[in-house]
Amino acid sequence: MTGMHRFANPTRFLRIANAVLPWFAGLTVICFVAGLYLGLITAPPDYQQGETVRIMFVHVPAAWMALFVYSVMALASAVGFIWKHPLNDLVAKTSAPIGAAFTFLALVTGALWGQPMWGTWWVWDARLTSVLVLFFLYLGYMALWQAYDNPVKAAKPAAILALVGFVNVPIIKFSVDWWNTLHQPASVVTMEGPKMGNEFLIPLLVMAAAFKFYYLTVLIYRLRTEISARKIRALTLAQVEG
Amino acid sequence: MTGLGGLIVRDVQLAFRQGGAAFLAVMFFLLTVTLFPLGVGPELTILARISTGVLFVAALFASMLSLDRLFQADYEDGSLELLVLSPLPLPLVVLAKCTAHWLSTGVPLIIAAPVLALLMNMDEPGYPVLMLSMLLATPCLSLIGAIGAGLTVGIRRGGVLLPLLVLPLFIPVLIFAVGAVEAAINGLGPRPHLLVLAALLMGALALCPVASAAALRLAME
Repeated sequence: MTGMHRFANPTRFLRIANAVLPWFAGLTVICFVAGLYLGLITAPPDYQQGETVRIMFVHVPAAWMALFVYSVMALASAVGFIWKHPLNDLVAKTSAPIGAAFTFLALVTGALWGQPMWGTWWVWDARLTSVLVLFFLYLGYMALWQAYDNPVKAAKPAAILALVGFVNVPIIKFSVDWWNTLHQPASVVTMEGPKMGNEFLIPLLVMAAAFKFYYLTVLIYRLRTEISARKIRALTLAQVEG
Repeated sequence: MTGLGGLIVRDVQLAFRQGGAAFLAVMFFLLTVTLFPLGVGPELTILARISTGVLFVAALFASMLSLDRLFQADYEDGSLELLVLSPLPLPLVVLAKCTAHWLSTGVPLIIAAPVLALLMNMDEPGYPVLMLSMLLATPCLSLIGAIGAGLTVGIRRGGVLLPLLVLPLFIPVLIFAVGAVEAAINGLGPRPHLLVLAALLMGALALCPVASAAALRLAME
């Protein structure tokens, strides 16, 4: 039963997680309702962008979360790699699809906003390109986890990849900025939102909080599932070995 | 040190003899570049405009093509295990393998590049800078690729996974390598681009062998 020993700590984690989960879920709902009400009904249409400014309330928090989740993933990978802490490997693993979904959401809402505002779905702007590359990094990380039959063996290679990616994210961001400023007029970037008044800033921050609580809620759900799956796997293996 | 030298010589000899891996990379480079005029049309001004990008993207693919064999062949016949167990530090072993990969893939690409640039009607001021930025970019590709090769060494069908892992990491190298040549063609100084490219190479030289060696150790467990 050595396999089960490793989950002694996750069991303690689960006790805490189960206690805070309803709170996180409740806060997610409250923040989403408040944020969407403020963003879609209270906030006035922008004098320049009209009603399309409301896309920002989903787009900007999603883009923030895309970077935030990748940072969490890299940090958890580092802790898991150095101190061999299995729970951190699971945090990194379960965060990746959520982060990829946020990144995808940021790209799609950006395209929906770009069509009426810039007149095109996609421009090879520095910011768009670097978010697209971030999305590819997420996909590569998830593919590496998928490639191993034994999920316990996949944790460390995946951690190395997450850390290499984390070192590279600023380099990619910097290089794409450089590339863009050489080849594109800067007008596209300055169009990115007028100075923001409180009627826009408050719904934006409430939505950002909603996204963060949503992430924590889904993360705990996914962690619970993952821990159960590992336990079932360990028990099945123990049974087969007899 | 003699061990590392021996390793480089062995790998280069294998690349040139066994099925001619080096020859295949150059052939791939040549054929990919040849497809572009057929695809976009033979108009010389358009070809000149896209020549730099096409050359570097094709070189990147050609160098990636042989990456999955970097450790895989040694893994399959068991010599990788001996290398991991040997008294040589594993990051240095990885560095030696990367050097051999660069000598057998990167250097032939550098030599072939100006000939292909001629076919693509590249503007004249670009040639020396093309050689120089190729010289800086191709070792980066071997080094960064070694991380991907190390991570996929124990995996079945790892060769398919490899591009997904390393292509996003190649982006900065591609941007600055192309940027240097474009700057030279447009009469600007290519120096800043080349310096950044050199910085990327130094960073890759320091970090990639360590990351790749860590991945190899895991594959050997």
